[in-house]
Amino acid sequence: MSDNAVAGATSVEHEDEVLAELTAPVPEVGDGGPEMVQLLTPEGQRVENTEYDEYVKDLSDEDLRGFYRDLVLIRRVDAEATALQRQGELGIWASLLGQEAAQVGSGRAMRPQDYAFPTYREHGVAWCRGVNPLNLLGLFRGVNHGGWDPNEKNFHLYTIVIGAQTLHATGYAMGIQRDGDVGTGDPERDAAVIAYFGDGATAQGDVNESFVYAAVNNAPVVFFCQNNQWAISEPNERQTRIPLYQRARGFGFPGVRVDGNDVLAVYAVTQQALNAARSGNGPTFVEAYTYRMGAHTTSDDPTKYRVSAEVEVWKHRDPIERLKSYLVHTQKADQAFFDAVEVEGDELAVAVREGCLSMPDPTPESMFDHIYVEEHPVVEAERKEFAAYHAGFTQEGGH
Amino acid sequence: MASMTIAKGINNGLRAAMERDPKVVLMGEDIGKLGGVFRVTDGLQKDFGEDRVIDTPLAEAGIVGTAIGMALRGYRPVVEIQFDGFIYPAFDHIVSQVAKMRARSLGKITLPMVIRIPVGGGIGAVEHHSESNEAYFAHTAGLKVVCCSNAEDAYWMIQQAIESDDPVLFYEPKRRYWDKGEVADVAQRGLLEANVVREGTDATLIAYGPMVKTCLQAAEAAAAEGKNLEVIDLRTLSPLDLDTVAASVEKTGRAVVVHEASTFLGMGAEIAAALQQRCFYHLEAPVLRVGGYNLPYPPSKLEEEFLPDLDRVLDAVDRSLAF
Ligand SMILES: Cc1ncc(C[n+]2csc(CCOP(=O)(O)OP(=O)(O)O)c2C)c(N)n1
Repeated sequence: MSDNAVAGATSVEHEDEVLAELTAPVPEVGDGGPEMVQLLTPEGQRVENTEYDEYVKDLSDEDLRGFYRDLVLIRRVDAEATALQRQGELGIWASLLGQEAAQVGSGRAMRPQDYAFPTYREHGVAWCRGVNPLNLLGLFRGVNHGGWDPNEKNFHLYTIVIGAQTLHATGYAMGIQRDGDVGTGDPERDAAVIAYFGDGATAQGDVNESFVYAAVNNAPVVFFCQNNQWAISEPNERQTRIPLYQRARGFGFPGVRVDGNDVLAVYAVTQQALNAARSGNGPTFVEAYTYRMGAHTTSDDPTKYRVSAEVEVWKHRDPIERLKSYLVHTQKADQAFFDAVEVEGDELAVAVREGCLSMPDPTPESMFDHIYVEEHPVVEAERKEFAAYHAGFTQEGGH
Repeated sequence: MASMTIAKGINNGLRAAMERDPKVVLMGEDIGKLGGVFRVTDGLQKDFGEDRVIDTPLAEAGIVGTAIGMALRGYRPVVEIQFDGFIYPAFDHIVSQVAKMRARSLGKITLPMVIRIPVGGGIGAVEHHSESNEAYFAHTAGLKVVCCSNAEDAYWMIQQAIESDDPVLFYEPKRRYWDKGEVADVAQRGLLEANVVREGTDATLIAYGPMVKTCLQAAEAAAAEGKNLEVIDLRTLSPLDLDTVAASVEKTGRAVVVHEASTFLGMGAEIAAALQQRCFYHLEAPVLRVGGYNLPYPPSKLEEEFLPDLDRVLDAVDRSLAF
């Protein structure tokens, strides 16, 4: 007993140091620090990493070109949607500009039986899951609340209430566990869940509760935080005093920071985390260190709270340019390939635009649909009342 | 007299309250440099500093929970919830703690705090940005719930809410933020008084927040057809200023309550019940309600169908007059 007390006293100085380090403010525009997993430098040079190389070693040149294609196409969809919003065709749009690699890298690491719970900016993950981009536009155009069947592609509806989906993801993972679809060794069967959220969301009670539930249940869930440095106008240091990935340790599971603008590194790190979850080793927190290049949404004005120099720094880390220069100097892709992707992007943009413009408005009566499974007298009475009211206008000669 | 928007009215009201009382602090997501997503707190952090205009982490339970603690310590926190649909993470703190603290402490504790919530639809937003949840809070004893509808009230009511020693839920009609109005140099009425905004004789329209303007337009249109409607802006939902409402209904004999929230167990249900108890012998027709349908708020392309508009108000007036 007294020995312990003495030992405790001698380590006080060291504890102070540790504490000081842990509570030091997070630098505003850091580069992610030495702890950040990176396989491609911003210049597109391949960096060796003994721990993560094995997750990308089997990627063929075609796979790599596929990543590139994904990055370009989803950026194109995003740009078109932003333009459509400016032209009044969408009420609002949340752009993923700058976050393509974090989304494509993690989205491509999933297997069909895995399940994704997104927030509202995961257009690139939706793309990887095969959700039609027009469904995403429908939500922002106001014709529906998403409109896709989440169980068809194992991609849940967008969640706008910050952090709520992390608990749903954890519960879903607990279901997978109970169904025995974890740790069987059968790659077709073992499944995991991935929950997407932002750096701001880590402040929410729900997110912290999901960490607790996932940890104590050893649930097969990957918490995938896209740290794009901002929660609307609030920088990281208004949300956290320690690097986010380090939080996981306090909850009892591993946390890793990955270069979110490096599609290879994200793919590798997410693979590892998903493998761990599928094989019964429980949750992992992945912090994809990235940047929101545009406004929070089209309603936001970032010039009120951040300086353009910061944006310039991050332009240099662009995920698409990085992969492109890697593909070029390793001769894994030629100009004809890049040109073809460009053309494909143009065609996709046209399809998105036309699809958006020709999206029918929902019929007014449709708002009474799908509220309950069983017929509900109040809904039915109001449906009739609504129809009668509108029929009255038609008789009077149009509404 | 000065002319300003509702948003500016609240901004000026907050500024006046902060200048008067150093204990008034503002808390919320993005309220500092950005000035809030609706810019209602624009410029306040610049002038009062980061200690008094506090950018909080993104966590509503945290905002209200810590505001409780600040109030316990003698501050007067005014918190901003970014959108109506994001109040729910803080719901527990509001109904279990804020509302009950005074009674639990046998009056030893007061919680002079204001929770500002932009309310209602009509701005083409995605889901969770257009909700009318005032009835949840009006249903909870221990809270005051008020809603401004014009610049004058925005400016004066926010100051009166801050001065109140009881916790106040302060609703702001977000689609009217940019409506301009005259603001008098002195408060024209107390925080908990309804306002007869238009005198009439044939029926009484009872509304609050965003629907006051709609009802005034309806009354305007009805006047063209020779119907003379009285319009009441409730302003306070809890406690309800039933005296003003009943006096009007006893005069006109007819009442239509209009709000954006679903009618089932909404404010209109309470008002209709109270009026039939109090004014039974004066009523020429049942009290009618016009509200949102009893549905989850629909995608924005349908909100014009969902929300009460001038036509639906007039339709209800006709039904009332037909009795
Ligand atoms: C519960 C809740 N509170 C507030 C909001 C409003 N809001 C929408 S996005 C956002 C910031 C989110 O930041 P972050 O989690 O970092 O994700 P990002 O948008 O940067 O990807 C806020 C405050 C919300 N949607 N839900």
